[in-house]
Amino acid sequence: MVISMDNTIPSIPQRIGAIRFGLLSPREIRKMSVTSIITADTYDDDGYPIDMGLMDLRLGVIDPGLRCKTCGGRAGECPGHFGHIELVAPVLHVGFNKIIRKVLRSTCRNCSHLLLEDKQKKAYLNQFAKLNVMSHLPDDLINNVFKEARKTKICPYCGEEQLEIKFEKPSDYIENDYKLTPTEIRDRLEHIPDDDLKVMGMDPVSARPEWMVLTVLAVPPVTVRPSITLESGQRSEDDLTHKLVDIIRINQRFQENRDAGAPQLIIEDLWELLQYHLTTFFDNEVSGVPPARHRSGRPLKTLTQRLKGKEGRFRGSLSGKRVNFSARTVISPDPNLSINEVGVPYAIARRMTIPVRVISRNLEMMRAYVARGGETHPGANYVFREDGRRLKITEDNKEELAEKLEPGWTVERQMQDGDIVLFNRQPSLHKMSIMAHKVKVLPNKTFKLNPSVCPPYNADFDGDEMNMHVLQTEESRAEASILMQVQENILSPRFGGPIIGGIHDHISGMFLLTRNEKMISKNDALELLRKSEVRELPEPAGYNDAGDPFWTGKQIFSQILPNDLNLEFKANVCFKCDVCKGRDCEYDSYVVVENGELVAGTIDEKAIGAFKGKILDSIVKRYGSTEAAQFVDDVTRLAIRGVMRTGLSFGISDEDIPREARLNIDEELERAENEVAELIQAYEAKELEPLPGRTLAETIELKIMQSLGKARDHAGTIAGNHLGLENSAVIMAKSGARGSMLNLTQMAGCVGQQAVRGERIRRGYEGRTLPHFDRGDLGADAHGFVKSSYKSGLNPTEYFFHAVGGREGLVDTAVRTSQSGYLQRRLVNALQDLEVQYDRSVRETRGVIVQFKYGEDGIDSTKSDYNSEDTVHNIVSSVTGKEVK
Amino acid sequence: MSKFSLLDHEFIPRHEIIDEDEIKSVLKEYNIGREQLPKIKIEDPVIKEIGAEVGDVVKITRKSQTAGEAPYYRYVIE
Repeated sequence: MVISMDNTIPSIPQRIGAIRFGLLSPREIRKMSVTSIITADTYDDDGYPIDMGLMDLRLGVIDPGLRCKTCGGRAGECPGHFGHIELVAPVLHVGFNKIIRKVLRSTCRNCSHLLLEDKQKKAYLNQFAKLNVMSHLPDDLINNVFKEARKTKICPYCGEEQLEIKFEKPSDYIENDYKLTPTEIRDRLEHIPDDDLKVMGMDPVSARPEWMVLTVLAVPPVTVRPSITLESGQRSEDDLTHKLVDIIRINQRFQENRDAGAPQLIIEDLWELLQYHLTTFFDNEVSGVPPARHRSGRPLKTLTQRLKGKEGRFRGSLSGKRVNFSARTVISPDPNLSINEVGVPYAIARRMTIPVRVISRNLEMMRAYVARGGETHPGANYVFREDGRRLKITEDNKEELAEKLEPGWTVERQMQDGDIVLFNRQPSLHKMSIMAHKVKVLPNKTFKLNPSVCPPYNADFDGDEMNMHVLQTEESRAEASILMQVQENILSPRFGGPIIGGIHDHISGMFLLTRNEKMISKNDALELLRKSEVRELPEPAGYNDAGDPFWTGKQIFSQILPNDLNLEFKANVCFKCDVCKGRDCEYDSYVVVENGELVAGTIDEKAIGAFKGKILDSIVKRYGSTEAAQFVDDVTRLAIRGVMRTGLSFGISDEDIPREARLNIDEELERAENEVAELIQAYEAKELEPLPGRTLAETIELKIMQSLGKARDHAGTIAGNHLGLENSAVIMAKSGARGSMLNLTQMAGCVGQQAVRGERIRRGYEGRTLPHFDRGDLGADAHGFVKSSYKSGLNPTEYFFHAVGGREGLVDTAVRTSQSGYLQRRLVNALQDLEVQYDRSVRETRGVIVQFKYGEDGIDSTKSDYNSEDTVHNIVSSVTGKEVK
Repeated sequence: MSKFSLLDHEFIPRHEIIDEDEIKSVLKEYNIGREQLPKIKIEDPVIKEIGAEVGDVVKITRKSQTAGEAPYYRYVIE
C-alpha cells in the first residue's frame, strides 16, 4: 500500500479483487509483530507503560497525550500494532481441534503421507478442479477424502501399521493409551508433503496444518483491549489483557522450571496449564474446560465471545447498528391526519435536524433559521463552517452565527411540517413495516398516525412504540418519497389488494351512513362532509313533510368517489341467497356504483376495508396512489362523523335475548345432550358402527363432537335471530368492522365445546377430568362442553374447562411467534441475495438463474386484481365495452 | 414385475433434451453461459431415464399455478 510522507493512509477508493483466508504462520506473526512481550506487568509505579509489557507503547496508544512509538499517531489516530509472545512449548489452538483430528487420523504416523494411493489422490484432485469450475464448495468431497484415508490400516508408502487415535475433550489425542504431546503432533503435521495437503483441500502456501499448533502467539494491539480508568483513578484492564497476563506468567514459569531441570511431572502440569490459558484466551466456552473467571467470579469475555451470538461483532456490531437522527415513542391515533402524515411531538421535532447547504438563494432563509436558534421551533441546532467544523447554536451566539453565515456553510435546521421521515414498527416482517411519512409537528408526547395505516405496521394503541428516522440527503428523500411513501404501499404484493384501508369504526360508520335510505338534513350533510374537500351538495333526494330538502347517506358517500367510477359487487353483509337478485337485493347488499354515484348497496368491509376493500382497490389501480390516499383520508373522516351521527355503543343489555329464545336454546341443548346419551348407550352396548378407518372410541368422540357442535350452532342461530341489525354487535359483525357472529353466540347463546388439540378435554385424573364426574363418564359436561353463555356465567366445572382450553391458545401463540420468527430469519438469510433482473429472471449473485421468470408469469401482483384472471377481463371490457364472463 | 417409467408419473414434469440451436437461443435470450443455468446431476433418476449426458441442457416444462406452464432449463453435470 502506498503510504504518503505524513504516514497517513491515502483514501483512494479501490475495488477488492479477491479475499484469501488462511492461517497465520509463526513467521508471519513475528514479521508483523512490533515487539516481543516478555513481562506480565503493564504499568510502572508512575502509571507509564512498561517496555516489552502488555501495554508497550509500540502496540499503540489509548491514553490521550501519549504517542505511538511505531507510527507516531495519537490515541484515536493509531490503529494499533500486533506484538507476539514466544511460547516455550507448542500448544494446540482450540479452534482447529476438529481438523487436526481429521488430519492426524488420515496421515501416516511414521512418514506423514496421506493414507491414499497416488491414483486416488489424483482422482480427487481432478474432482476438485471440476467443482471449482462450477464454483461449488468442495466441503463434501474433502470429507470423503478423510473418510477414505482413515480406512487405510497399513501405510502404502512406508508400510507402517496405523493405530487408532482417540480424541478426548478438550484437546488430548490418545494413540493406544499414549497421549501425544503437542510437539509430536506438530512434528507429524510438519512432515505432510505439500501435494498431499492439496488433496485434503488445504493450500500449503496460506495454511500449513502445523500452524494450527501454536509456537508463537500474536498479541492483539492495545486498541483492541483498552483499559478503562475508574473514577477512583484505579485502572481496570480488559479481559483479554488479564488472559494475556496469565499466559505470560505460566510461559515464564514453564521456562524457569524446564531450565532448572524440573521433574517431568511438573513440566507436564505446566504444559497443561499453558494449554488451558491459551484455550480460554481463544474461547472461554469450550465444553469440558472450566471457564476462566474474573476475581469477581464473572467468566471472562475472550476472543470467541466477542464475535459470537446476538450481541457479538457480527450480529451486534456489523449486521445491526445503532443510528443517529432517530426517535422512538408511544403511538396514538389521529383520524384527522392524512395516511401519508405522521404527527411528531414538538419535543422530538426540536431535536431532530436536517442539513441544508447554504447557497446564495437560500441564504436569507437559513439566516432566519439560525437567528431563531435552538429554542424557538422551526430553528436550527448546529452549523457547519466551510472547513467542516461543527458549531452549536446557542442563545448567546445565534445572532453572531447568523451574521457570519455564508454560502458553502451547512445549517442543521430543525424538522418541520412536510419533511420526509421513515416510520417503522418492529418486528419488520415485510416492506410495509417501514414506510415514509410527511411530518406534522404536533403538541403532546406521542407519535400520531391515521388508524388506517395500522394494518401494514400491525400496530394498535395499547402502548405500542414506533421508531422514526430522519432522512439526511436529497437523494434519500427523493427515493423514499417515490418508493416508500404510504400511498405507494396501499397495495400489498402479498395478495395484490389494498393493505391500507378502513378499519373498525370506519367500517361501522360507513355501514350506518349508507345502509338503506336515511334522511339527512342540510345541516347534517354539511357537517358530515365538513372535513372533506367537497364544496357543493348534489340535488337533494327529496323533501320532507315540512318541505325541507334531505339527502341520503348514499349520496353523501358518493361525494368522495371519483366521478367516473363504475363498480358492482356483493357486500360483506350479503346473505348469500340461492339466487342473487343483483341490484334489486332486498337486503341492500348488492353494491352498484355508476359514474361515481352509489346507486344501491351498503358500504362495508368489502368496499373500503383493509385487505378486502373493492372500491379502494379499483381506485388505486385506476386513478393512482394520490387519488387513493385522498379517498382513504376522506373515508376515515366521513366515517368517523358518520358513526358519531348515530352513535355506536355496546353494553351488557345488548346480549339480552327474549325468554322464549332462551327456552329454545335450552331445549336445543337438552336435545343434544340426549343425543349424546343415546350415542353413549349405543357405544356401551357395542351397537355403534365405527366410521371407516377409525376405532370405535374415535368414532364416538367424533360423533359426540359433531352433535355438540351442531347444538352450539343452533343456539347461535336462535340467538342471532333475536338480535337483529339494530344490535350494535350484529352491525359490527355483519359489516366486518370487528368481531364475528361466533363471538356473539358465545356471549348470548352458548359457549360450546372446549378443546385441547382439537379433541374434547380428557386430561386430569385417572379415567376422569375432575372428581365431580364418574370414572369413564363420556357425557358432554364431563369433557368440557360449556352449556352456559358468557352472559349467564359459567359454573365451576365449565369455568375450569374454559381455562384449560384458553391456556392452549396462549401457549400456541407464544410458540408460533418464536417459531415463525426463526423461520423468517432463515428464509431471509437464504434468499437475501436473490434479485429480479430487468429481463424478469430471478438470479443470485453469480448470475446463476434461479427462476427463469419471476413468479413463473413475470407479473407484479400489485398490478393484477387479487392475482386472478379478472385483470384481463377488466382490460377487455374496458376496451370493448362488453362484459366478459 | 412390470417396469414403470418415471416419466409417466403425474408428479414428474416433462423433461426433454434440447438441441444445440435451442440451447444457443436460450443462452442468448438470457445473455448467459451454460454455467449460469441451474444444474442437474447426471445421476438424477429422470436424467438417467431420458438418457441425457453431461453437457446437455434439459428443458423441463412444469405446471405452474400462476402461468399454466413454465419452462425451466437445466444443465446436466457430473
